[in-house]
Amino acid sequence: MTTLNVSPLTFGRRTLLAALAGAAVLAAAGPAAAQTWPNRPITMIVPWGAGGGTDATARMIASLLEKQLGVPVPVVNRTGGSGVVGHQAIASAEPDGYTIGIATLEIGGMHHQGLTALTHEAYEPIGLYNSDPAAIFVRADSPYKTAKDLVDAVAKSSDRQFKASGSAQGGVNHLALAGLLKAAGIPTARVAWVPSEGAAPGLQDLAAGGVQIATASLPEAAALMAAGRIRPLAILAPKRDAAAPDVPTLQEAAGLAWSMGSWRGIVAPKGTPAPVVARLQAEVGKAVETADYLNFMKSKGYATGWTPGEGFRAFMVANDKNLGETLTEVGLKK
Amino acid sequence: MDAVVTAFGMVFNTETLLIIAASSIYGLFVGAVPGLTATMALALLVPLTFFMDPIPALAAMVTTSAMAIFAGDIPGCLLRMPGTAASAAYTDESFAMSRNGHADTALGAGLVFSAIGGLFGTVVLIACAPILAEFALNFTSFEYFWLILLGITCAIAISSDRPLKGGIMLVLGFLVASVGLSNPAAFPRFTGGNTDLMGGIGFLPLLIGMFATSEIIRYALDTKARPPIIDQPIVNVFAGMWRLTVKYPVQIVRGSVLGTVVGALPGAGSDIAAWMSYAVSKKFSKEPEKFGTGHVEGIVESGAANNSALAGAWIPALVFGIPGDTLTAIVIGVLYMKNLNPGPTLFTTNPQNIYAIYILFIFANLIMVPFGWATIKVAKRILAVPRAILMPVILLFCIVGSFAMNNAAFDIGIMLVAGFVAYILEENDFPVAPAILGVVLGPMLEENLVKSMIKSDGHVADFFERPIAGVLGVATLVVWTWPFLRIAIGRLRARQPRSAA
Repeated sequence: MTTLNVSPLTFGRRTLLAALAGAAVLAAAGPAAAQTWPNRPITMIVPWGAGGGTDATARMIASLLEKQLGVPVPVVNRTGGSGVVGHQAIASAEPDGYTIGIATLEIGGMHHQGLTALTHEAYEPIGLYNSDPAAIFVRADSPYKTAKDLVDAVAKSSDRQFKASGSAQGGVNHLALAGLLKAAGIPTARVAWVPSEGAAPGLQDLAAGGVQIATASLPEAAALMAAGRIRPLAILAPKRDAAAPDVPTLQEAAGLAWSMGSWRGIVAPKGTPAPVVARLQAEVGKAVETADYLNFMKSKGYATGWTPGEGFRAFMVANDKNLGETLTEVGLKK
Repeated sequence: MDAVVTAFGMVFNTETLLIIAASSIYGLFVGAVPGLTATMALALLVPLTFFMDPIPALAAMVTTSAMAIFAGDIPGCLLRMPGTAASAAYTDESFAMSRNGHADTALGAGLVFSAIGGLFGTVVLIACAPILAEFALNFTSFEYFWLILLGITCAIAISSDRPLKGGIMLVLGFLVASVGLSNPAAFPRFTGGNTDLMGGIGFLPLLIGMFATSEIIRYALDTKARPPIIDQPIVNVFAGMWRLTVKYPVQIVRGSVLGTVVGALPGAGSDIAAWMSYAVSKKFSKEPEKFGTGHVEGIVESGAANNSALAGAWIPALVFGIPGDTLTAIVIGVLYMKNLNPGPTLFTTNPQNIYAIYILFIFANLIMVPFGWATIKVAKRILAVPRAILMPVILLFCIVGSFAMNNAAFDIGIMLVAGFVAYILEENDFPVAPAILGVVLGPMLEENLVKSMIKSDGHVADFFERPIAGVLGVATLVVWTWPFLRIAIGRLRARQPRSAA
């Protein structure tokens, strides 16, 4: 049986492990050796606020790790500075395996924007557990029925005739649109970007007629889509989303190859001992395959997946390059 | 209908009910101790709500604020020291009643008519908020820009008898809020390269500093002895309440209506509502000469007004995310934290949450009567709690609370600095409430201005193009130029008879 069973037996084992861990702390309070890891609580730093999407997924994984490893895994929110504060806190932590954290898409963009010198190189990648592609939306009564209609109209429009919203300046949804325009050979300055504090106000502005285009992930737009006020035209991903099979990919709808979306992965500070990193990869990999986790992610509308170790590193390298190019394109690279 | 049933289930479960009971006692206690305000009670409660689900967290906020506003009447009546600013308007009146031997009537009127006013405000909230929300679904940044500007204008014009100082404090709030990266261009402002400051000045430590730490400093520096408690047996709190209801129906309704309206206006909360109601009551009374000598009429009206203002303030907070007073400014922060972002979509996406808020308001105002009665009975003991013990405990909560949000010692520093600055400003008659509104509304105003400017490509005329935006814009400009308009109209009037003569 490979699935995690929540039987009294497991509970007993967990209690026992906790007791053993406690005893270990008392016995040897010396430097953490990989063999004895973990023998005290593991802090998980989240660079975004409590109650948000990243926080919710982090807490879910932390609670599963707690069961598997038998030590508490407290989640600490270090918010602010467009994610700089929290990402820095993970990188600056002691690389002993007792501090891990969630890295998000922003790690690939913030250094291009001159906000920090920090890059993904400050981390040991544990694994990528979620990526939610952006989608492009119009108002329900918009004349544009397909992504191709819209792209053609934008190509013919005058500068700044179209306005779009969905994130802050340089945020994921801004870059998603900018990359789309670039892929279609349209100058990115053609569409005026109206910055918003996250996807929800941007989508509401679209519904109210303040802008003509918005980019956001499908779960973020679910409420206004259900209310029949906005319409998705295409998803910016190589594959259709299993949860919304009717929404075509950008390739299908407009013949453009461009994908962009927010993602979340688990990282440890650089220098964390290799055996500990390997163990973490195995444990998190196990956690993200449990039924508890999969049901939770499904209920929230978040995509699931697992790309551990070097695969995740390669993903972050590509992400960094991609964001750098798009930021240069929109003039935000410093 | 399903949503209503779900909402009942969200409120009436063991966890939420226990939290409501605990927050009632907490709110009544904090409200009853002079120097501990309702705003302080809420600010110190925020860190605890981190560990609660959304509805219990809101239950704690609603109950604590309602109870604290009522309980503020108690020390006003027995010590001549208002427990919260909202009771200050009729403190002299109720103290005079106590001296005449009518302490139980004064406290009873405070309790019963607080509950009635609170229920009235809730009914208005239930009736108006969804309609406004439907309307607000069509709001773009232009409408929001004018609405916020109008709100800010009201905040300065109504919230204080010192509009200039109020305006300065509002701008100070803007300045504090502009620190960090959270601006439309995501450009670091006033950070000096400091990573902590990139995140901006934390709202919670600021709040705790301004409303709790400053009170501790004030206590520490205040050497005046406390006045003695009026020693008078409080026998029957509810005696004669029915007679008062029959005698003053107009006053009750008028106080509740005025309170709800004033509460709904940004910047003016329970305290202003009580002052205005007391003045209105005196002006229209058949026996104005009795006011100030221990006459219950003004207490009935303004007691209803300050509690109805509480619910009124939630209307703009829930529908637009614009706080009606300092209490709802805190509530808005908690709503965001709990992923219940205020705005019209809150009403459409998860209606059960909104119904749960309605139920909480009704329930809190109903249980206020028994809980309040019990508090009145033990009031003397509460007032006798030594403040030399109480204040250090509160300081401890201030420190833990500031640290809790980000687990950052930096935030404790912000709390201390905010406390000292707020203390110095208040001692010099600068009201601190407009500053906290500035912190909340400043970034919203900037964001909507920048968005609107981008949409209109810099054309100012577009700010008036959409019909609602046009009306709001003209209204704002009229309010701004009103003093000049009045002078101009006065001159015209003065000239006309002369030219006719």
